[in-house]
Amino acid sequence: MTSPPLLTTAPPKPARRRTELGLIVLVVILTGGLYALAGFGKAGNLPANIGPFLGALFALLLIAHVAMRFLAADADPILLPVAGLLNGIGYVFIARLSPHEARLQAFWTFLGVAVFIATLVLVKKGRYLERFRYTFAFLGIGLLLLPLVPGIGENINGARLWIHVGTFNFQPGELAKLALAIFFASILVERADLLSRGTRRVGRFLILDPRYLAPIVGAWALSLVIFLAENDLGSSFLFFALFIGLLWVATGRAYYLALGGGLFVVGAVLALKVIGHAQSRVQSWLDPWAHAQTTGYQIIQGIFSISGGGLWGVGPGQSSASHIPEASTDLIFAVIAGEIGLVGATALLIAYLLLVGTGLRVAVRCDNPFEKLLATGLALVIGVQTFVIIGGVTRLIPLTGITLPFVSYGGSSLIANYLLLALLVRISHDVETPVPPMAPELVTV
Amino acid sequence: MNRQIRRLGVGIMLLFVALFVNLNYLQIIHAGALNSNPLNGEAVVKEYTAQRGDIISADGVTLATSVPTNDQFKYLRQYPTGALFEEVTGFFSFTYGSEGAERTYDKVLTGKKSPFKLPTSIKGIKSFLTNTNASQSITLTVLDKLQTVARNGLAGRQGSVVAIVPKTGAILALYSNPSFDPNQLTGHNQSIVESNYKAISAIPGSALDPPAYRQRWFPGSSFKVITSSAVYDHQPALANQVQPNLAALPLPQTNLQLHNFAGEVCGGNLLQLFTVSCDTGFGQIGLSLGAQSLYSEAHGFGFDQTPPLDLPFAAQSYFPPAASFAQSLPTLAYSAIGQEDVQATPLEMALMTAGIANGGVIMAPHVLDHVTNSQNQTVETFKPSTWLTATSPATAAAVTTLMVSVVNSPNGTGGAAAIPGITVAGKTGTAQTGTGGTDDWFVAFAPAQDPQIAVSVVLPNQGIGTEIQGGTLAAPIAKAMIETYLSTNPSTLKSNG
Repeated sequence: MTSPPLLTTAPPKPARRRTELGLIVLVVILTGGLYALAGFGKAGNLPANIGPFLGALFALLLIAHVAMRFLAADADPILLPVAGLLNGIGYVFIARLSPHEARLQAFWTFLGVAVFIATLVLVKKGRYLERFRYTFAFLGIGLLLLPLVPGIGENINGARLWIHVGTFNFQPGELAKLALAIFFASILVERADLLSRGTRRVGRFLILDPRYLAPIVGAWALSLVIFLAENDLGSSFLFFALFIGLLWVATGRAYYLALGGGLFVVGAVLALKVIGHAQSRVQSWLDPWAHAQTTGYQIIQGIFSISGGGLWGVGPGQSSASHIPEASTDLIFAVIAGEIGLVGATALLIAYLLLVGTGLRVAVRCDNPFEKLLATGLALVIGVQTFVIIGGVTRLIPLTGITLPFVSYGGSSLIANYLLLALLVRISHDVETPVPPMAPELVTV
Repeated sequence: MNRQIRRLGVGIMLLFVALFVNLNYLQIIHAGALNSNPLNGEAVVKEYTAQRGDIISADGVTLATSVPTNDQFKYLRQYPTGALFEEVTGFFSFTYGSEGAERTYDKVLTGKKSPFKLPTSIKGIKSFLTNTNASQSITLTVLDKLQTVARNGLAGRQGSVVAIVPKTGAILALYSNPSFDPNQLTGHNQSIVESNYKAISAIPGSALDPPAYRQRWFPGSSFKVITSSAVYDHQPALANQVQPNLAALPLPQTNLQLHNFAGEVCGGNLLQLFTVSCDTGFGQIGLSLGAQSLYSEAHGFGFDQTPPLDLPFAAQSYFPPAASFAQSLPTLAYSAIGQEDVQATPLEMALMTAGIANGGVIMAPHVLDHVTNSQNQTVETFKPSTWLTATSPATAAAVTTLMVSVVNSPNGTGGAAAIPGITVAGKTGTAQTGTGGTDDWFVAFAPAQDPQIAVSVVLPNQGIGTEIQGGTLAAPIAKAMIETYLSTNPSTLKSNG
């Protein structure tokens, strides 16, 4: 039996794009319905701009969809609609909390989609990013350092993770996360073999050669120190989990998980001893009721909002969320769970699981180890970030200031998430597009 | 690497399952406790700011309504009739909670207990979605006209007036002095509300405890209705037995005597004793009946039981347990004339009277008539139910004859309640309080052949005069109530015409 040429076994998949278009229509209907309900709930009538809202949402997703037909025709059809759904739900709740922030968020969404398309245009193949490994390392660390630069850095709520130029505020840590994910993926792929078995003999044991670990541990420690200096505990944890997770996936050695766990405990104890901010966070986690009017106020208000929702919620737009601090950013999940109840909140969790699961499925199907590890890292970022903030708001873990991907109000976060989405889409397309075995570009290398 | 990636997927899945479980805990399992946490300002304010329907009297007067405000509470609860209906409507206060019908029918007024119906119109769909118009109004059985007569009759004196429809248990009037203006407790300025509350608490007579159904007085001779009923139920022969003419009855187990009011000499059969309210005769009847018969009759009429009134915390009336009389028979004689430790709320005495009027059956007392939704459609109507079967129709008819005699006989104590053209059945009560005063009662119903209204009136702590004061002070108020009601009630006109 003669095997047919490779190209014909994996035909283009126009069906995937049709599925995507159908899902996009569904997302527009769902989001539009939610927007209408929130308008009814809050003001007793349809929102005045429901037409433009639906038009803009559909147009944006359609543009991204058409761009994908040209730039990533074989990519998974779930990624864009789920991101669009989360973005749409987020917008509805931001609009219901603050019309001013909603206008800004609309602008950031436009920019986010533009960045999404631009990324697809610029990054022709996911694996090309590997070449710029150290560029990304420096970019990541540079972005992390930026808020510490006097003059442009700014403290907001006890954490120094903002920069402002003129009236323009930006949280560079969001982008740094992605740059460092790329850097880790590339460097771990290269050293996976060295890291997965000992090469230096000490007595009867072979242990890891510290030389190979040094740059990685150094980068981790440096960025951890930077995060701690900026008091951004949520991102710090996210970053750490990403690093350990990728190390484990790359090497297949479970002891890295144990090592990571140990380091985490040491780091947490140190952070508790050193940072007052962290102490009050843990205090308000363990017993918020004892500090109900001070450090525990935010979490208690969030919990009350969630519990008030019950199974079906009080209805979109119908809770009095005005007294919840940071309702549109850190605590937006509390407002959502209060207004659309356990049913709605569970649907939101499932949407995130879909996104994470799709990302991991893409990773599993990857042949290129760098792309595999990068896709894993990107999915992990979404999963862990979602867990950290929702777990924090529901008092499963201490509450830290971190955004709910695609949903929370915030430009830097939204743009970074669309960038992340574009990379996943790019890798997904690469996986499904067969590489001609004797491609000229590979021969010349 | 794929194995690790899959395990990673499982790990993240487990984290999300933990989130889901925790959400179940917060939103379902532990939600009740969190929602009622005193720190939960949102829930408290939400509870308080929910739109609330009106309370309307049976004759169409608005008793309670909500006026929109611009502050965080959204609405101010107002009581246009002031103190007149305070004992019935109660109040709805952010600072002091709620009382009266506002409390009993809280969930009805806010629409939380509204029957679920799918919307059938665009407007219906809108109100279904926005949930802004779920409030319901309640119409009471209480009449503005009768409340006014009760207030005018008491004329500022301490006392209570309760009027009931015997056939249904519907309360027609329930008014007491002291009372207060509920608007004083519903304002949104906390410090003013608190000082108002202090001032109200300082009024003698505990206006905050609705006297008509939470305060008790000695019923005195008005209790003889129950003693007489016990005679017909337990020892009918006693009704015809003639008691000797006495000014004072020697009591067993002691040298003491039971004296008639103002040293009067009286005696005769039950009808004669009842007509002039002869204490020595009834004292002897009580001793002849025995503790068990008297106790079971009192219990049957609702003593030592909580009336199923649809207003909160109605008090029990008190008759001592039968066993307590074994070693102190004199107290049994006193209990038979409603003295010693016997105490009754004005509501209980009205229910007792209504029971006689309704052939021995006491209907469950209630103030709610029907519930209307925001479109003014009736969604629920109160269904009357029996509370107690106190005695037989035959006994009730016999006691009615006694009570008619009180009003109609020339020597009856209740002549002041007589109304030309209408047969009124009544009984006076002038109980000595032991502190130098009397609790003056009159209970009545009319028309005796087809009772439409039963009334109890009490004026506690009056000075001791030379007459049966229940007859002179309380009876005219009962008469005014009956007259007013029968002159306007269409069903009476029909039966009379």
